[in-house]
This record gives sequence, C-alpha cells and structure tokens, in this order.
Amino acid sequence: MSQSLTAETLQPLMNVTTTTPAPYTGVAMALHWLLAVMIVGSFSVGLYMVDLPFSPQRLKLYNWHKWAGVIILTLSAARLLWRLTHRPPANAPMPAWQARAAHAAHLTLYALFFAVPLMGWAYSSAAGFPVVLFGMLPLPDFVPVSRELADALKPWHGWLAKGLAAVVLLHVAGALKHHFIDRDGLLRRMWPAFTRN
Amino acid sequence: MSSRLLIGLALAAALIGAVVPPAWAQTAPAVLQAAGSEIAFTTRQMGVPVEGKFGKFSAQVMLDPKKPESGSVAFTIDTGSARFGSAELDAEVPKATWLNVPKFPQAGFQSTAIKAAGAGKFEVAGKLTIKGMTQNVVVPVQLAQTGANSTATGSFSIKRLAFKVGDGEWTDTSLLADDVQIRFKLVLTGLAPL
Repeated sequence: MSQSLTAETLQPLMNVTTTTPAPYTGVAMALHWLLAVMIVGSFSVGLYMVDLPFSPQRLKLYNWHKWAGVIILTLSAARLLWRLTHRPPANAPMPAWQARAAHAAHLTLYALFFAVPLMGWAYSSAAGFPVVLFGMLPLPDFVPVSRELADALKPWHGWLAKGLAAVVLLHVAGALKHHFIDRDGLLRRMWPAFTRN
Repeated sequence: MSSRLLIGLALAAALIGAVVPPAWAQTAPAVLQAAGSEIAFTTRQMGVPVEGKFGKFSAQVMLDPKKPESGSVAFTIDTGSARFGSAELDAEVPKATWLNVPKFPQAGFQSTAIKAAGAGKFEVAGKLTIKGMTQNVVVPVQLAQTGANSTATGSFSIKRLAFKVGDGEWTDTSLLADDVQIRFKLVLTGLAPL
C-alpha cells in the first residue's frame, strides 16, 4: 500500500520528466489480459453459435461457452478482490470529465463481468440445462426450470454482452487515444513489455 | 367313503367356488389417473442432465398385487408429447434422428412376466418398443397405496442407441450418453389391496 502511495506522489514529477508511469501489479496485468482474451473469445463464440443448427458442433460450443463463462466469473471475482486490496497506479493528467468517464467505464465493466455470465447461467438453468463445469462438476441452479423465465432471461444475456462489448470498445478507444494522441504513457501501466524498462 | 359324504364334499366345494371366485375374476382393470402421474426421462449431454417429460400416455393394468404372476401391464406413450425446458429441444426431438414422431407416433411397453420382489415391490419384465424396435427390459416397481389410490413408482435405464434414438452424427456417446434414465410415477385406481 505504501509503495503505491509513493508511486502516486511521484507521479507529477514522473510526468514532468516524461518517464514511464508506475505500472499495475503483475497479478492485475495477468488478470486483465487473460480476461480480455477470454471475454473477446466467449463473445465471438457466443455470436457464432446462436445461429448454428442443432448439431454436435453447436452442443460443444454451447458447453465451452458456458465453461468459459464460469471461469470468467471466477477470475473476475478474484480480480475484484485484488483491485479492492491493491491501489491502482496513478492516472495520467487529464481533464476531470475524462477521468470521471474512464472511472465510470471501469465500474460498468466490472459490473458486466459479473452480470453477463450470471445472466447466461440463470438462462441456462431456467431452460433446463444445468451448467456442469468441464462436463464433470455440476453447478447449482439458482433459478427454477421455467419456460417463461428462460424466455425472459435469454435476450438479457445477449443485451448485456453487447453492452459489455460496447464499453470494451470505448475502453480500448480511450487507451489508444492516450497512447497515440495524448502520448502520456498511460497504456504502459497495463502493458507488460514496458514494465521491465 | 360313503356317498353321502361325497355329496356333502361336492356341495361344500360348489359353495366355496361360488363365494370365493378364482383369482382371475378378481382382477379388474385399474384406471390410470392423469393427475399426479408422470413419465420423465433424463439424457446426458456432455455431462449435463437434461430432463424431458411425456405429456400423453395411457396404460392397461390388470394386476392383483397378491398374485402378480397372473397380471399384465401395457403402456402406450405419445412420442409427440415429449416436452423439455427449452422450445428448441421440443422442436428437435420429433425429428427423424430422434423419436421420428411422424413415422412412430407411439412407443409402447407390454409386460411378459410380473413377479413379486418384496413388500410392495414387483419386477415387471416386458418388451419396450420405440421407433419400431423392441428390446426386453425389466422394470422395478414400488407400489404404495393410500385410500383408493395406488401409486407405482420406479426408474430404469435404457440404451438409446438400441432404439436408434439419435443416429448419424449423434451416435457419439461422449457427446450424448447412451444411457437414458426413465422415471415414472403412476397413480392408479381400482387396484386390489396389497
């Protein structure tokens, strides 16, 4: 904790000298990029699989998608815990509204990391397909099997996932703007290759 | 032995015969009550148990629980009445790959031998016909009676591939298990006491 505080107090000085901003912890970076890959992958598989005809391929993709969702949920819980117990490095200097927008985007991302898989899990349970992780570990149903409930939940899983995709695009656009337009080194906080320099 | 005694015995036999009818005469057909009755089945897709239920079925049950050997049980299930939690499966299962409802609208069971297997327990051996294919099965049945109702419950498993349910690319049992668990609860009236 004291280390992060030091990094924060040093931040203005570091910007003046245009040195690299303090990075996130290795754990935070690992979780960020692992989840980035898993979320983009699951989203893409999700978009593809829904239009497939009933087939072994569809069955496999649905199950892999659900397993990925459970892993994303678990890693997101670990990530949230890490984030709450480890102060992130200081932000680059930016207009207050931009800092607020970035903060709001982060909050929304975290909320959706949980909401999207939970909604998918609930839909699966309601539709009579309990989630069995890796085909071996049965997970509990937290909603009853119900056609009406399944129909009501199904679109929400898709809407929330598309909402997540939209905020991710905003997040990526913001990071790229900082890197290529503002050139404030903000991206280096989360870019493992730069931390060793 | 005097002739009077013989006549007396004959009369006594005739009387007993009139008062106590033979076992087959006691066995009136039981009536299946739709309310509370259920035939469900569970398949496993990549380890995921998926349950379906048949909404329409009928039964012909002639059984004296005290003399099960003389009884018979027959079932007819409307294959088109299979319902799942998801509309997708409801639409899929009637197709030719699965139950082929247009060609085989009914599945059936006909008992060949019923025997007692302990208190309220019976073993019903018989022939199960699905998609025009017949297999021998033995179904364990537990019978419980309260008032006028007799409730028969039990479960057994069948091999779906023996009936060509899920052929073609679906014969892969690592995706869809061969075993299908069948569970039933049947409420009957008109059955003789246990």
